[in-house]
Amino acid sequence: MSDIKTKLLIIGAGPGGYVCAIRAGQLGIDTVIVDTQAPGGTCLNVGCIPSKALIHASDEFYKMLHANQGPLGISLQSPKIDLAQTVSWKNGIVTRLNQGVAGLMKKAGVKRIQGQAKFVDGKTINVVSTDEDHTIRAENIVIATGSAPIEIPSLPFGGDIMSSTEALALESVPTSLAVVGGGYIGLEIGTAFAKLGAKVTIVEATQKILPQYDDALTKPVLEHIKSLGIDVQVGTKAQNFKDGQLHTDKGVIQAEKVLVTVGRRPRTESVGIDELSLSMNGPFIEINDACQTSMRGIYAIGDVTGEPMLAHRAMAQGELVAERVAGHKVVWDKRCIPAVCFTDPEIVSCGLLPDELQDAKVAEFPFAANGRAMTTEREDGFVRVVARASDDAVLGIQAVGVGVAEMSAAFSLAIEMGATLQDIGATIHAHPTQSEGFQEAALRALGKALHI
Amino acid sequence: MGIYTIRLPDVGEGIAEAELVEWHVKVGDVVNEDDVVAAVMTDKAAVEVPSSVSGTVTWLGGEVGDMIAIGEKLIQLEVAGEGNDQVMESATPTSASTEVSSSDGADHKVALQASVQVQAEEVPSRTKDIPDEARVTDAKKGASKRPPASAKATANKPLAAPSVRARAKEEGIDLRSVLGTGPAGRISHHDLTNYIDEGGASPVSVGAHVKNTSVKEVKVIGMRRKIAEKMSLSKSRIPHITIVEEIDMTELEELRAALNKKHAGSRPKLTILPFLMRAIVEAVRDQPELNARFDDEAGVVHQYGAVNIGIATQTDNGLNVTVVQHAEAANLWKNAERVSDLADAARAGTIRLEDLTGGTITITSLGAMGAIATTPIINHPEVAIVGVNKMQIRPMWDGQQFQPCKMMNISCSFDHRVVDGWDAAVFVQKLKTLLESPAMLFVES
Repeated sequence: MSDIKTKLLIIGAGPGGYVCAIRAGQLGIDTVIVDTQAPGGTCLNVGCIPSKALIHASDEFYKMLHANQGPLGISLQSPKIDLAQTVSWKNGIVTRLNQGVAGLMKKAGVKRIQGQAKFVDGKTINVVSTDEDHTIRAENIVIATGSAPIEIPSLPFGGDIMSSTEALALESVPTSLAVVGGGYIGLEIGTAFAKLGAKVTIVEATQKILPQYDDALTKPVLEHIKSLGIDVQVGTKAQNFKDGQLHTDKGVIQAEKVLVTVGRRPRTESVGIDELSLSMNGPFIEINDACQTSMRGIYAIGDVTGEPMLAHRAMAQGELVAERVAGHKVVWDKRCIPAVCFTDPEIVSCGLLPDELQDAKVAEFPFAANGRAMTTEREDGFVRVVARASDDAVLGIQAVGVGVAEMSAAFSLAIEMGATLQDIGATIHAHPTQSEGFQEAALRALGKALHI
Repeated sequence: MGIYTIRLPDVGEGIAEAELVEWHVKVGDVVNEDDVVAAVMTDKAAVEVPSSVSGTVTWLGGEVGDMIAIGEKLIQLEVAGEGNDQVMESATPTSASTEVSSSDGADHKVALQASVQVQAEEVPSRTKDIPDEARVTDAKKGASKRPPASAKATANKPLAAPSVRARAKEEGIDLRSVLGTGPAGRISHHDLTNYIDEGGASPVSVGAHVKNTSVKEVKVIGMRRKIAEKMSLSKSRIPHITIVEEIDMTELEELRAALNKKHAGSRPKLTILPFLMRAIVEAVRDQPELNARFDDEAGVVHQYGAVNIGIATQTDNGLNVTVVQHAEAANLWKNAERVSDLADAARAGTIRLEDLTGGTITITSLGAMGAIATTPIINHPEVAIVGVNKMQIRPMWDGQQFQPCKMMNISCSFDHRVVDGWDAAVFVQKLKTLLESPAMLFVES
């Protein structure tokens, strides 16, 4: 047992925690970070990065598999995929990033302890580690414990019933896969396995997939996944799984594996947060605009504080808290948090949706009128701008289309900088790129569209 | 699952509607039976409204400051079983979830997928390590769109680049008060610099003497609105006459000190208030027209046998007038104890409605901050109010020399429609006599 005193203790080395640690270290703050796992949290180890690796591999495989039927004059003979090798490649990326994050923290002078943390009181943490236990007393504590998949009682994880973590570690492609939950995780992974050759069925209890988006944004996704052979059963409730059959209230679905993606819950129980009696916001820890909890000196960031449960939100909060601990006057003052859905096609949303702004000026530019989109054989989707009619200030931007995730930076920047439709319309956008659609949507809102 | 609607219950006082002053929950919250969901303001006090069922909040019936009629739909919850109502169509302005969901970020969107949660709720068996509240709340957040309130807030923020906003924050400047000269009123660094140079803010590094042109808007709601309405009513309806008199409290203070010393630890400490209450009880015995309420619409003055003395009490939420019922039937210590208990309850927000009603005459005191004279506003529909001013040692001429005396002024206002100046002066002189010769307070009449 060792006793440690520090200025800042961070529980959880996910995107929020490790960014907080790095920034705090850079600011000269004596910092300790504790986690049971390798650095990077869900995002790096079993979330964003692994899923994007699988999506990329499935995209490449699907292109090759169907190259013969395409108009490009490419012919190939029976491409095959070794998913075990794909997973090994994915694991290599994860390891490189784990090491990279660990290196960045070390460079910033952060002390990293691997072990299970538990609150003793509002200033003291016990850490049970494989080598040595620690008692850490800190002036400031950051709770960055993230979230975990929610389990359906009648479909408990284990065996052929998987969470996203197990799905991303499969070493062979199941012949059939039932995905319970039509949100973005289920759609992303389900689409990837469909491209790899699995017969995929998506079971969604409500009447539509991706319920957070409007129909205009989800329609291209629905049309495309259906063209991949995915069976989408909305208004259907999964009940149980037995002998390779998923029983629903509408019938039986044959499935070698079942992927359950019905949401995430904050991870609070393992670290003894309940005993602190912090003010809660439902199941989440309540925070103010400085990420402070109801207890002095204790901050909370990331998924454990609620929605949107996004890695980049956690990172921004982590940076903010480090600055606060360093004595800087900063508060949460963001105009938008970009949200990206890596379905096929992708969906991006920044700022306000059309129905969230009264007196909105809204315009779309379809990729069907975009040269670059035509050259990639994917003309589905559009870019949409949402501006305040009174002064043309752009307060929301959405897009759906192949590759639009990379446009999210431009969208966020425009909103954070307070751009108007005229600003975007007057900015030269490189030709030929899909981003021209952004400029054209702004021009169209001004009644000055050039290419439609 | 069903929808259960809670309507605003009758909160007493015969009122038809109440102002919504606080939501204790928001959409998506899980509440248990008897949890407080909202507070509404009656004419005198905030009343908490508890939930009669357990469930998840799906709809809120208004914003803080709205008037809600008794019996109007206040809140809806999703409950196990059938519920008692249909889902409201309109979205609440105070919905719980915040930003557009989904993204790659955490890879794990409650929101986008939570709809399936609903089905999970209906499965009979549960694993114990999944908090029910997490499941329910997540599901509801997932099912709802981003709230208009959040969107409105975003839409109303000043246009400015992050670096401009950060600089404003560092210098303590509210950007809403800075004039943006860019397109759509966008604020540039140049605008911010001009604002500071023109004295529009007080940067930390600059000297103290700079103009501050900021304007902060504070909505008058809840208790403050009630106070404002009551004061306006009193001042507009009642033609006040105010008499200020100075009182030599030397003897009373000696008596008070002696009593407190004698009963230290066994009885509550006496302030001046119970003596003044005793003096009022004695004074209105001779002038019952001052212990009264004037129903000016009916043209009737109700004179009361009971002396129910209102005590104006400062709380965090504003002025409360607690009422010591039947002060005529209690001794000094009992009245002192009741004043203290009521003040504590008022400040803690636990005061009962019946302790705020039925006053027949009021005392107002600013204690040590009490100034030389004040102009007390009568607590409508009463007809008299006694204001206590600051006590201090002043030299008084005894006919031969100046003597140091503990002097205290009282400022008393009267409804001149029903109280003549002469009667008011008699009342004030009676109080003066009783307080300057405290033995008179205890002479059986």
